[in-house]
Amino acid sequence: MFTIGAIGFTAPWLLLGLIVLPVLWLILRAVPPAPIRRRFPGVALLLGLADDETQTDRTPWWLLLLRLLAVSAVIIAFAGPILNPEQREPGTGPLLILVDGSWADARDWPRRIDRIEAALSEAARDGRPVALVSLTDLPPEPPVFVDAEALNQSLPSLSPAPFAPDAQAVADWAAGFDGGFDTFWLSDGLARDGRDALLAALERQGSVRVFESARPVLGLAPAGFEDGVITLNALRAAPGPATEIEVAAIGLDPAGTERRLETRIAGFEAEATAATVTFELPPELRNRVTRFELSGIASAGAVSLGDDTLRRREVALISGGNDPEGLELLSPLHYLRQALVPTADLIDGTLADILLANPDVIVLADVATLTALEQDEMVDWVSDGGLLVRFAGPRLAASDLARDATDPLMPVRLRVGGRSIGGAMSWGEPKALAPFAEDSPFFGLPIPEDVTVNAQVMAQPDPELADRVIAQLADGTPLVTRKDLGEGHVVLFHVTANAEWSTLPLSGLFVQMLERLAVSTRPAAESIEDLEGTSWMPQKVLDAYGTLQDAGTLPGVDGADLATGRPGPGMLPGLYSSDDRALALNVIGPETTLATTEWPARITVEGLEAIRELPLKGWLLGAALLLLMIDILASLALSGRMRGPRDTIRPGATAAALALALALVPGQAPRAQDAPPADDDFAVAATADVVLAYVITGDPRVDELSEAGLYGLSNTLFQRTSIEPAMPMGINLETDELTFFPFLYWPITPDQALPSRDAYAKLNRYLRTGGMILFDTRDADLARFGSSSPEGQRLQAIARGLDIPPLEPIPEDHVLTRTFYLLQDFPGRHPSRDVWVEAAPADAERVDGMPFRNLNDGVTPVVVGGNDWAAAWAQNQVGAPLVPIGRGMAGERQREIALRFGVNLIMHVLTGNYKSDQVHVPALLERLGQ
Amino acid sequence: MTDAPAPPLALRSRAEEQAAAFPPLLAEAEHLATTVLLGEHGRRRAGLGETFWQYRPAMHWDEARMIDWRRSGRSDTQFVQDKEWQVAQSVLIWTDRAASMSFASAKDGPSKADRATLLALAATVLMIRGGERVGLTGTLLPPRRGEDQIRRIAETLLSTDPEDYGRPVADGMPRHSRALFISDFLGDIAAIETALTDAADRDVHGVILQVLDPAEEAFPYDGRTIFESMTGAIRHETLKAGELKQRYLARLAERKDRLARLARDTGWRFHTHHTGDSAASALLWLHGALGRKA
Repeated sequence: MFTIGAIGFTAPWLLLGLIVLPVLWLILRAVPPAPIRRRFPGVALLLGLADDETQTDRTPWWLLLLRLLAVSAVIIAFAGPILNPEQREPGTGPLLILVDGSWADARDWPRRIDRIEAALSEAARDGRPVALVSLTDLPPEPPVFVDAEALNQSLPSLSPAPFAPDAQAVADWAAGFDGGFDTFWLSDGLARDGRDALLAALERQGSVRVFESARPVLGLAPAGFEDGVITLNALRAAPGPATEIEVAAIGLDPAGTERRLETRIAGFEAEATAATVTFELPPELRNRVTRFELSGIASAGAVSLGDDTLRRREVALISGGNDPEGLELLSPLHYLRQALVPTADLIDGTLADILLANPDVIVLADVATLTALEQDEMVDWVSDGGLLVRFAGPRLAASDLARDATDPLMPVRLRVGGRSIGGAMSWGEPKALAPFAEDSPFFGLPIPEDVTVNAQVMAQPDPELADRVIAQLADGTPLVTRKDLGEGHVVLFHVTANAEWSTLPLSGLFVQMLERLAVSTRPAAESIEDLEGTSWMPQKVLDAYGTLQDAGTLPGVDGADLATGRPGPGMLPGLYSSDDRALALNVIGPETTLATTEWPARITVEGLEAIRELPLKGWLLGAALLLLMIDILASLALSGRMRGPRDTIRPGATAAALALALALVPGQAPRAQDAPPADDDFAVAATADVVLAYVITGDPRVDELSEAGLYGLSNTLFQRTSIEPAMPMGINLETDELTFFPFLYWPITPDQALPSRDAYAKLNRYLRTGGMILFDTRDADLARFGSSSPEGQRLQAIARGLDIPPLEPIPEDHVLTRTFYLLQDFPGRHPSRDVWVEAAPADAERVDGMPFRNLNDGVTPVVVGGNDWAAAWAQNQVGAPLVPIGRGMAGERQREIALRFGVNLIMHVLTGNYKSDQVHVPALLERLGQ
Repeated sequence: MTDAPAPPLALRSRAEEQAAAFPPLLAEAEHLATTVLLGEHGRRRAGLGETFWQYRPAMHWDEARMIDWRRSGRSDTQFVQDKEWQVAQSVLIWTDRAASMSFASAKDGPSKADRATLLALAATVLMIRGGERVGLTGTLLPPRRGEDQIRRIAETLLSTDPEDYGRPVADGMPRHSRALFISDFLGDIAAIETALTDAADRDVHGVILQVLDPAEEAFPYDGRTIFESMTGAIRHETLKAGELKQRYLARLAERKDRLARLARDTGWRFHTHHTGDSAASALLWLHGALGRKA
C-alpha cells in the first residue's frame, strides 16, 4: 500500500490523473460559457452592432479553481484513500479464530463478523488454514483447520447464543488441543470461570491475540416488585465515568400492539457498576408490562422478562345503587373492598370506562339492569376470558332479570322474590353452609360454624342447575352458582356482598372463596422445592439480540433446572409456563454481577485503541458533489440565467437557490406549527358562557325552531334571572362533545336516525355525569304515554339504548315546580300535563306538616314530554314571538307559563336540588300560605 | 383514415378558434371606448345634418323655404335654422399583424399584437359610434358605417401574418380620408416612408401609433446571448449583451425620431405606446389625434 503521511491509497496509480489538471485548466479557459437564446423583435436594430471586445466572456479564475478542485477530489477519491491504514506482519501456521458467542457479543455482532472476515481474508492471503469455533456452540472434536475461503462461506450462519459459555464444557474441549496453532480470540469482555485455564491451554499451542470491543457491556437484572414499586438494577461490566441509560418498560397497549409504555433513566455514578431505577406505574399499566429493556442495546442481557411476580389482578367493583349517603358498613362493596385491597388492584369508574380498561375481574354487587350496549360489551369481555362475579341483593331480587329465560350474564334463572329465613316473621333457623363438593373450586375449605344465611335469591330448578352449583346451603339450595361463557366465567353469589343477608362476608371463608375463584391471587416467588418435579413449557424465548420469539416446538424443561436460573443450550432464556403460572428465565439472574476480563500483560488486546482505519472515499466524493453543485449555481449566476429579462433579480430564482443551498446543509427542516384544531374553538365557544344546546335532527324546520326556542329561553333567562346564557348551539350527537352543555333539548321527529354505538356511549356518559336531556315529541302526547304516535314510537326506539332511570309524571312536590317560579303546569305550544321525570325513590315519605317529601336526590337526567316547548319559547332577533300560541290573552298566558317552565328547568339543571333542601321550607311555606 | 381533419373542417375549427377571442375583445374594446365617448362628443360645426345647431340671420343666398318662420316671427329679422354637420369621414385602419407583434416580455402580460388590436378596435367602435365610416386599408374592407362593420373589422384584425416585420398597406385609401397605422415600426423604414408619402400625396392624413414592449425600451439583457427574431429568420449573436444596451437604445431613439420627423413632414401625428401602460391613455390620445381638425 502506498502511503503519504497517515493516508494510504489502495489504488495509487489513479493519482496520476492529477497531472491532467493543468490541461483541463487551459481547455476550460478557452471555452466560453454557452450562449442563451432569446426571442427579441428588436433584433433588427441590433444588426451590425459588433462587440467592443473581441475577447470572449472568460470563465472567471475562481470558477475554474472550483471545478478543478471538484475534479481532483474525484480523482483522489477513486484512488481509495484510507486514514490510518493498518499494516500487519503476515503470520504462518494454522490459526484458530475463537469467538465467545455469548449474549454480550450480540450488541456489536456485525462488527465482530467484519473483524473475523478481515482475519479470514488475511489468513487467506497468507495461505494459513483456519478453524472457527464459538465457545457457546462447541464442536465435539478439537478444532479442524480448513481453507480460509471455505470458512468465509459459512460465516453468515455464525450467530451468538443468548447464554454464556459453560466453563466445564470449555475445559473438556480444551483438553483435546493438539498440534500447535496461533489463536485469535474475539472475547466478549466479561470475566467468567475457566477463562484463565482456556488461555493457558491456548498459549501452550501458540501465540494468542485477543480482540475486545471498546463498547461497554451492559445488562439488566430482573425486576423486583414491592409495595407497588418495580425496582430494577442496570449493570455494567467496566466501572467508568458517570453515565445515564434509558430503561424502557415494554408491553401491549390497549390496541394490542407492543410499545414502550414507560421509560426511566438509570444513572450510573462514577466508578459504580450498578444503577437502580424504579418504576411506579399505575396498576393498569403495570399489568401490561411484559418486559424491561435497556433502550438501544440489542442484547439478551439488556432484556429482563417479567412474569407473575409483577402482576396483581385488576378487580373492578360496581354496586347497583348510588347511595353515597348510606353508612359505609352497609355499602354493598365495603367487605369486598376490605377483602381485595391487599391482594388486588381495585378500579372504580363507570362500566363503559372499566370495560375499556379490560380488568381481570368485574364484581357487580346487586346490579340488576345493564343497558343493551353494556350487556353486549360485557358478554364480549367475559367471552374473552373475563371473570364476572355478581352478588344478589334487594334490587336483583326485585328485578325481572333472568326470570323467564336465562340471562347470558346470569348462571341460573331466578325465582320471584327470593326467600327470607330465620327472621321475626318467618319460620326456620338461618341456614348454614353445606360442605363443599369435590368438584367445587372451594373443595377443602373449612366452613366456620358462625356463617349463616338468612336471605337469598332462589334459583329456578333447571336441568343444568346441578352442574352449576359450586356451593350450597345445608338444605341444598344453591348459594354460589357458576357457568362458563366463552373463555370466561360468570359467578353468582345468591346473597349480598354485605352482611345484610348473611354473615358470609364477615368470615375468613369469604376471602378464601374469592382467592379460590381467582378474584384475588397471592403470587409468591417459587423456590426450588416448589418447582421440583414440575414440567415447564417455553412460551416465548429470547435470542441473543434480545428479541422475543415464539418458542414453537421447543421441548419442556424440568422445574428443578429452571430453578437454577442458568440458561443454556437446552434451556433458552424466555418465558415458561405451567398450568396458569408463568415464570421468566432471564439471562442475568438476581445474583449475577458483571466484570471485565483481566488479561495478563503479555497478551495483546486489540480493538481498544482509538485509531481505526477510516476510508475517505465517500467524504471526498461528497465534497466533489458539493463543489459541482456550487459550480452549477455559480455558472447560472454568471451567465445571467439566475436573473430574468428584467433588471431585478427574480425572487423565485433566489429562493430556489437558497433552498438548494439549505438542502445541502444537513440539519433539521423547520417544522410547521400545528394549527390549533377546530375542536378547541368549539370547546371555547361552548364553555365561555352557559350555552343551551339542542340536538340537530336533520329536519331544517325543527332545527330552526329549536334554535329560536332556545334563543327565546336564553333571552328570558337573561332578563329575569342571574343566568346569562350565550347564543344556543346545535349539537351533532355523532361528532360533537356533549360534556360542555348542562342541558340538551332534543325534539323528536318520526324519521330521525338512531344514534350510533359511540353516540349512545357518549349520551349515557352524559346522562350519568349530570347532564339533562329534555325530550320533546311535539305531539301533545295525544296517545297518552307516548305509545302510538310516530314521534312517540321513535322516542321509544331512541331511548332503548339510553340509560334512563324509572320515570313518573312530575309529582306535585317535585323540585321542578319551585326552582324559580311556583308552577303546577308545564305547557309549551300544547298544554298537556303529562311530563315525565325520574321517579322518586320508593322510600320517600312525606313527613307530617311538611308540604314536600324529603326527596334529597340529584337532578333528573331526563324530562320527557310532548308539549313542543321550543315553539312556545321561540323568539326572533327582536324578541317577538314566532309561533302563535292558543287564543288571545289566554294564549299569551300559556306562553308566559311555558317560559316560566323553561326558567325553572334551567334553574333545576344548574342549581340541582337546592330548592328541595328543607332549609327553605319555612320561607316557601310562608309564600305558599299567602 | 388519418387523424387530420378534412380541410374545410380544419378551416372551420381554426376560424372558431380565432372567433373565440373575438367577443371578449369586442367587449373590452367597447368598454374602453365608453371611457372616451363621454369626454368629447359632437362635431360642433354647422353643416348638413339632422339635428338643430343654431339660428342665424338669413342671408341673401338663403332660399325663402329655408327661413324658420316661427323664430323669425318673434323679431324683425329673418332667421334660418342651421343643422349640425354630420358629414361622415372615412377612416382607414392598418394594424401590423406580423410575427414581431406577438412578442410579450412579461409572462402574463399582453403582447404588442393584443394591444394593437384592442386599440384599433376600440378606435373603430368610437368612430362608428361617432358616425364615421371605418374600414381597413387594402381592398378587403372598404370604409362603411354601421355596427356590423365593427364585427367585420374585428374578424379581420384577428388574422396573423407569417412575416417577421409588417409593411404598411397604403392602397385602397380614398382621397381626403383619415388613416390610423398601428405597428411597432421596427421593420424596414423605407416601406413606412413610401406608405406615408403615398398617403400624403392623396391628401390622406392620420396617425401612426408605435406599440412597443417595455423590454424593447429597456433592453434588460446581459451575458452571452443569441437574439432571434420571432420567426427565427434573423439572428444576432453577442458575447456581452450588456455592452450593446446603450447602442441599441440610441438606435431605437433614432428610429422614433425618424418616424416623428416623417409624420411631421407628411402632416401626420406620431405617438409611442408601451404595452406596460394602460390602453385607455393611448386610446384617449388616439381619439384626440383623429378628431383633430385636419
